[in-house]
Amino acid sequence: MTPLLDPLAHGSSARALLEVVILAAAGGALGCWIVLYRLAYAAESLAHGMFPGLVLAALTGIPLLLGGAAGLAVAVAGVALASRMPETDADAAVAIVVTTVFGAGVLLALSPDSPPGVANLLFGSILGVSTVDLLAGTGLTAVILAVLWVLHPRLQAIGFDRGAARSLGLRVLPVDAALLGLLGLAILVAVEGLGNLLAVAVLVGPAATARLLTDRLVPMMALATGAAAIAGAGGIYLSYYADTAASASIALCVVGLYLSAAAGSGLQGRLRTGSYDR
Amino acid sequence: MTVLARADGLAAGYDGTPAIHGVGFRFDAGSRIGLLGPNGGGKTTLFRALLGHLRAAEGTLSVDAPISTVPQTDHSRLDYPVSALDVALMGSLPRLAWWQRPGRAQREAARAALERVGLDGHARERFGALSGGQRQRVLIARALVADARLLLLDEPFSGLDSPSSDRLESLIDDLAAGGNAVVIATHDVSQARRWDAVLCINRRQLAFGPPEQVLSREVLEATYGGQIIEIPGEGRGILPPHHHDHHDHGADRGPA
Repeated sequence: MTPLLDPLAHGSSARALLEVVILAAAGGALGCWIVLYRLAYAAESLAHGMFPGLVLAALTGIPLLLGGAAGLAVAVAGVALASRMPETDADAAVAIVVTTVFGAGVLLALSPDSPPGVANLLFGSILGVSTVDLLAGTGLTAVILAVLWVLHPRLQAIGFDRGAARSLGLRVLPVDAALLGLLGLAILVAVEGLGNLLAVAVLVGPAATARLLTDRLVPMMALATGAAAIAGAGGIYLSYYADTAASASIALCVVGLYLSAAAGSGLQGRLRTGSYDR
Repeated sequence: MTVLARADGLAAGYDGTPAIHGVGFRFDAGSRIGLLGPNGGGKTTLFRALLGHLRAAEGTLSVDAPISTVPQTDHSRLDYPVSALDVALMGSLPRLAWWQRPGRAQREAARAALERVGLDGHARERFGALSGGQRQRVLIARALVADARLLLLDEPFSGLDSPSSDRLESLIDDLAAGGNAVVIATHDVSQARRWDAVLCINRRQLAFGPPEQVLSREVLEATYGGQIIEIPGEGRGILPPHHHDHHDHGADRGPA
């Protein structure tokens, strides 16, 4: 068998490859909005903020979606309270609350009394995804892409100039809320495979990479999806042959692609401005 | 003459404190109205009241036509991946239900609006790559797609070179000839003299009427706090106080 096909003979690696394709589809287009709306920090915080809710859901057997939403509601309330403290600005409030709730989640997840699978929420288990996980991920991804398709013109108008969009009569709040809701869903899809710590890598990294390569929105989304799929597949092969942790390998590949694109676009910029012309 | 907006004894502001008061005017269809006043003088407050974002604290204000604002283009993100056509199309969104996407009819309207502002060859170009004057005209196209008849232009000439300014000015003439009313916030008094009416405002309205009747030295001094300079050979000029001082804008932030 060729080195490329070898991992596919293993059911777990084949399912993992399918999972990264699903993650790329969910994260590529959405990630572009996250980057354009400058929500990368919010995305990271959202992922960590929902962590204790996910752990409690896994421990009690309720759906992760409900647990994640409840965890997030607690984190949001905490941020609102913390930002009322004198001399604490919003960023500091988010950082304080998110690290606190994330720490509580980690304590729960790594407690000796917790079943071993719960720790997977932290680091992911892309090689352990089941067919049911794949189906659920496909369904959630379809929802994310459908909502993004419908909201595309409004997301574009509001991201371009929020004040002018309001003046035109567009309602900004529901679109913002929908974007954050989709981000929450995408994190849930990604947590299954990549774990809470690295879920955001696949949302932000490929979109940031695509941003370096094009200044047109739809090609940017296609490139981000492609970059996420390539990094995901690359990470799985890396983990198969180098025997490294799969989710960390994927995150490394995401960063590798970003650095290559940054180097490439920097070089192109220099060539264009003639810095190398002597 | 169709009246598109009218105010009488209007006061409006934020948190119960009027930023402008004693404002009375009539904007007729087909007219170009220069809005003169210093930064922080209440021009943006008046725009916000006209747009319906602020309620009249005193007096009355009625706007009887679709209205749209054309902000300064530096409020837009120039690195944002949108084409001129995308931006013009944004004007169609308020009339579509939230689940509807602009279709062929909206795209045709957006192309027609770009053609009207003289940018038909630039539809696919990225907004941020256009010149300042072209960007301003794209935003006017967006207002036209929104079917606005009363257009509020927020210092549209700032930062434009002379050919771009001339082009924008003839577009404003053309819009007025087409039955729109165009209100232009500006610091350029000599430019305002060429329009049909001027409204001078500095916390309160100082004058409203045809420029030849209204633009006296006294009115301009009251409008700009007395900083009038004589430019040799050019006649009277205005040195707007704190023109570039962004800490002193108070209520005069960009129309949001």
